[in-house]
Amino acid sequence: MSCDQCREREAVIQLTQIVNDQVTTLHLCEKCAAEKGVDSPGAHAKTPLGTLIGAAMGKSTEQAPAPRSSEVCVRCGGSFQDFRESGRLGCPDCYRSFETPLRDLLRRLHGSTHHLGERYAEREPAAVVVDNEQAADLREQLRLAVETENFELAAELRDRLRVLE
Amino acid sequence: MIDLSLLTDGGVGWLDASGPASHLVLSTRIRLARNLAGHVFQGRNSETEREEILGSVEEAARESVLLRRATRFRLDRLDRIDRQLLHERHLVSKELAGLDPDGRVRSGASVLVQERIGVMLNEEDHLRIQGLHSGFALDETYAEVDRLDAELGQRLAFAFHPEFGYLTSCPTNVGTGLRASVLIHLPGLVLTKEINKVLHGLAQVGLTHRGLYGEGSEVVGQFFQLSNQTTLGSSERELLDHLGKMVRQVMDYEEQARQVLLRDAATVIEDKVWRAYGLLRYARSLSFEEAMNLLSPVRLGVGVGLIPDVAMYTLNKLLIYTQPAHLAVAEGIGPDDADLPFRRARFVRKVLESEVGRRG
Repeated sequence: MSCDQCREREAVIQLTQIVNDQVTTLHLCEKCAAEKGVDSPGAHAKTPLGTLIGAAMGKSTEQAPAPRSSEVCVRCGGSFQDFRESGRLGCPDCYRSFETPLRDLLRRLHGSTHHLGERYAEREPAAVVVDNEQAADLREQLRLAVETENFELAAELRDRLRVLE
Repeated sequence: MIDLSLLTDGGVGWLDASGPASHLVLSTRIRLARNLAGHVFQGRNSETEREEILGSVEEAARESVLLRRATRFRLDRLDRIDRQLLHERHLVSKELAGLDPDGRVRSGASVLVQERIGVMLNEEDHLRIQGLHSGFALDETYAEVDRLDAELGQRLAFAFHPEFGYLTSCPTNVGTGLRASVLIHLPGLVLTKEINKVLHGLAQVGLTHRGLYGEGSEVVGQFFQLSNQTTLGSSERELLDHLGKMVRQVMDYEEQARQVLLRDAATVIEDKVWRAYGLLRYARSLSFEEAMNLLSPVRLGVGVGLIPDVAMYTLNKLLIYTQPAHLAVAEGIGPDDADLPFRRARFVRKVLESEVGRRG
């Protein structure tokens, strides 16, 4: 994809801006991005998480009220203040308890709040897809192991086949 | 004293320089951060809960294929030297090994290892599923780690949120929980002073760099760990493809830099390489840092064919076995023994001598 600005160089940065509730996405090359004053994600990474959390909170106060420091997660009893200090959440339920400020933080950290990777609930069927080539290979190895009376290896191969199939 | 011979290849199979692009890339590591649903995260849990987590993961591992024969190390029951040994082998993080200056080993801190894969337990997250391969092997490493994730995920209940994905103690890891790192040697880019430009460019495209031992470690011996910065908003495949594409580009730059050096500064480079080799071959005292800094130009010399008789595998071995804990254990002395630098120099001389012969 070529750069939306100069239309010459390859775009390497996706710049999403929200101006007056309008979302615009630009694909920029390194040079044009630098001209627009976009700094690197690496620069963010070097900032201690605490500063980022602070920044996210500062931003969120304009849109949604941040949880008061007395508000705690119903599951673990941890507060958002604890998180600001340690950079670690208390339990999986904290993601629900502090959803609004966390969503802001995730957007700043990752540029997104939506998981697009493998989904846990749907994993099981995917995991049992038979890898035919590998199964054939294992079957051949098993045949050889039995032929050469290497029963220990044969047992292991049989186990591996069982899992594959 | 722990017996590392229980591990296949002593857990350092990734050192054998058999993987793709081994002259540039030492290893590929991928880890997936996972937590158990219904349990608080590590920072808030008790000793009893950590034992419970350990128990259920070990049970799941025993029923799995990929970790059925795993060797287990309970770091909280090991001496410091043994924990350091496991860390130097890149099997456990510094945090889990309790090696930070103010660090204590957390109760329940453990690692399960079977060949190239394993899982750290009671680290920052309940599970850190990890795979380590020789050379540049993102696809192979991920295939194994993904399979282990599926196996354990069927037997355990992982904390997962429909929008945010796999939930982690620190929001920097949420989503896929995936961090892929490629440990790459870039002396050409360092010598041509192009390295900062390259690292800056990588930061622009969402990648980060660290030192030899990963997070929080210094860059030594011109080894850089390149890895993805974000874990949410892209699929595992996209994260790996992006990292892979960028690493290939860095490899091209490094090869070009080496060509430029050999073309424009051949005598300077030859001198640098052979001078380092000479020091390693004949020095009587070496600190680990000095050894690392000398191994780097020698590695470059082997890579571009200036030094013909030394194998990458030998250099990789030296990298691991000259580390303080490894050397101390091999020599039967303490890791802070004043004699260590002399023993290190002797060890390096012996290894190189057996490789190239007395007159090499």
